[in-house]
Amino acid sequence: MKAFTELYAALDQTTKTNAKISAMAEYFSTAEPIDSIWAIALLTGRRPKRPINTNYLKTWANDLAGIPFWLFEESYAVVGDLAETISLLIPTTQKISSVSLNKIMNEVLTIYNKTESEKKEWLLSYWEVLSKDELFVFNKLITGSFRVGASQQLVFKALAKTHKLDEKLIAHKLMGSWLPQETKLKNLLFDGNNSFDHSRPYPFYLAYQLDVPFDDLGDINDWQIERKYDGIRGQIIIRNNEIHIWSRGEDLMTEKFPEFNSLKNSIPNGTVIDGEILPFKDGKIMSFNEMQKRIGRKNVSKKILNDVPLCMMCYDLLELNGEDLRNEPMKIRREKLEKLIERYPTDYLKLSPLQYCNSWDQLDEIRKLSKTEGCEGVMLKQKNSVYETGRRRGKWWKWKVDPLTVDAVLIYAQAGHGRRANLYTDYTFAVKDGDMLLPFTKAYSGLTDKELAEVDSWIKRNTVEKFGPVRSVKPELVFEIAFEGINASTRHKSGVAVRFPRILRWRKDKHKDEINTKDDLLQLLKAI
Amino acid sequence: MLIQFTNKGIYCKQAGVYIDPWMPVDKAIITHAHSDHARVGSKTYLAHNDSASILKYRLGDISLQTLAYHETADINGVKISLHPAGHIIGSAQVRLEYKGEIWVVSGDYKVKTDEYTIPFEPVKCQHFITESTFGLPIYDFPESYTVNKSLNDWVKKNAFEGFNSVIIGYALGKAQRILTALETDLPVLLHSTIYNTNQALGFDNSRYMKFTPDFKKEQLNPGIVLATATALGSPWMKRFEPYKLGICSGWMQLRGARRRRNADMGFVMSDHADWQGLNQAVKATGAENVYVTHGYKSVFSKWLREELKLNSTEVETLFEGEGIENETTEVNPEESPNS
Repeated sequence: MKAFTELYAALDQTTKTNAKISAMAEYFSTAEPIDSIWAIALLTGRRPKRPINTNYLKTWANDLAGIPFWLFEESYAVVGDLAETISLLIPTTQKISSVSLNKIMNEVLTIYNKTESEKKEWLLSYWEVLSKDELFVFNKLITGSFRVGASQQLVFKALAKTHKLDEKLIAHKLMGSWLPQETKLKNLLFDGNNSFDHSRPYPFYLAYQLDVPFDDLGDINDWQIERKYDGIRGQIIIRNNEIHIWSRGEDLMTEKFPEFNSLKNSIPNGTVIDGEILPFKDGKIMSFNEMQKRIGRKNVSKKILNDVPLCMMCYDLLELNGEDLRNEPMKIRREKLEKLIERYPTDYLKLSPLQYCNSWDQLDEIRKLSKTEGCEGVMLKQKNSVYETGRRRGKWWKWKVDPLTVDAVLIYAQAGHGRRANLYTDYTFAVKDGDMLLPFTKAYSGLTDKELAEVDSWIKRNTVEKFGPVRSVKPELVFEIAFEGINASTRHKSGVAVRFPRILRWRKDKHKDEINTKDDLLQLLKAI
Repeated sequence: MLIQFTNKGIYCKQAGVYIDPWMPVDKAIITHAHSDHARVGSKTYLAHNDSASILKYRLGDISLQTLAYHETADINGVKISLHPAGHIIGSAQVRLEYKGEIWVVSGDYKVKTDEYTIPFEPVKCQHFITESTFGLPIYDFPESYTVNKSLNDWVKKNAFEGFNSVIIGYALGKAQRILTALETDLPVLLHSTIYNTNQALGFDNSRYMKFTPDFKKEQLNPGIVLATATALGSPWMKRFEPYKLGICSGWMQLRGARRRRNADMGFVMSDHADWQGLNQAVKATGAENVYVTHGYKSVFSKWLREELKLNSTEVETLFEGEGIENETTEVNPEESPNS
């Protein structure tokens, strides 16, 4: 646990990727393999569910701290992170513990079904022996909030460095549903024949938003152009007469999409398709909202299957007849994909139609029409591009339509968490509705650290009322809010719900009388 | 009541004096020379001997009377004396006594000792005015030798790896503590504000370089830079690359505060009392009435009322406590300060 805590601190203390990679490589080259496998799992987001209810944690920590509960809550509000609050409030030892990460994590897995008093006894046994820093990381694991400032790609790089393996290979080996408690590091990285191998997806290739001039892109005829659909990017994997569907967030979602189940009988084994899962009915793409509602359900009922049927808009073919096609050029993969879909026609698999244009201007026209087609922009893929891993520049680009924007005034603020703890960074914005202000969205991101500090200090000086952690402020600061979509909503007082709202810029030049109105929002709704 | 809280500051009518007033008054008693406590424009000032030079450096040619610790001045029957507050050099708690009523205005203080500042002394009183900058139990500060050790270890490690160590702290108080704590043969470069503050204090600068625009990287290679918070995020810092950034402040106890400033290292080094310190100080005065100013005042006064059963109220002031970005008297490091 000590070494893992040091690794956590090292990753926490630097923003430089090279320093992060060396810190991880150092850990991987010195840690025991049984600890390393857990570290890999945790660093790539495979953290176990929270084993102990948060209220218990608070109560037990509060008892140990020996303070009134309101003071515990006040402290928590300032720290903004339960794991950290507990590590600051409970008395800690100066002793050096020698518990291994592997031991702790394996015990965590057995603790779920224990009684309250058994859980308490287990927890206190660690709270008593861990140092303050270890305690913080331990609490992060226990509260299910363990996150680390290193992307998966950096973890792959560090492992590649430590084990002298190809980074792409590591990325692939670490995909899928392997469990650290059942997996040996050696098997995961070097041997094949793991029990989960046949369900393992390929790492997704992701594009950046286009930000280079067209001149740098060369001849438009070298590019394959498709629409960018607004659904769930996923992979359909058919191997061993089974089907597995993975989302780009590496969630196994097979059970959410029962309609695809029949594909395992019609599509030959050894096929992996990359595409976008979309709600599609009567020849038209439905709104993303509909699918989101469906995914949120525990049980996929007959009715919902009828109301919101899904399909995959297929982009790419990554495996055919069990053969990895990722190093073939895009053009060839596309031809093979077309043939596959032609040969095994089904309602569930549609070919993402290619867009043809002779100039970049023409492409811009197509892009601008995206919204009316239920899309969010266009994709540019170089015809000779291989299928890379992770987000990369150069060969693939996404070019999204410009977001919708409105000017709105800040009316409520709440302190953030983690890096933004004790800093007012979570804002609610309002538009005008006659003489009234109508709250219509929250937004958390988009300002620079410097602007955040400035707004934070303004909020503290211009608070009108405090409601628990929320402050209402004088309606004065105007911001331009961007969002990707707008839908009618009965749940929101404003009558609309916006998608992926964020702050585009602080309009210091604008007065609050110049902000947009409720009518403007309703117009946007109609326009789409 | 001997003391009133007015819109100009803490006021003793009988003596006609204000303590740390935030508006110009006739007679001001200054607890210490930080800018939120020592403001310009008053006709006469009273402060501790050790504050004299720095007050004149910061406020200009003021009419200033000074006292030693424990020395008493009688103003219209009010016995006024100063007592060590342990905050920074010359910092004092002000004791006022009149017809058996005793008040202590503590200004900013800390109970933990450091290597540079005269330690805090509790003063018995009936009415105690306390700050509450770190008035939450999450603020449990390490002893100064522990922090000093990690600071020295960090500097050494950086130098070994070829990095300069850029350390951020207040010019008055913190900077001198840091310089006293550093055990190193490496070259040390001071931000001009710190250099000038040292000079005003009579703190020995002979071992340090002062930053000037013709500074050359090779003068460090590697070494230590001590700067104030105004340097954070400014292009001025670029010339010290490659460097590691360490910030010395009580706020560094929280991970969020550390990460927000992209500090490589946060050193929990504060000149304010932590939670234990505040409690210890309040209890040691024996005061039944406690007035809580700047900081987590509602939390700390609720705690004093409910848990310590004291008469405690919150008092609005314009004091700021420990800031990281708000050190208002500092000048832009790109300019050469001459005041």
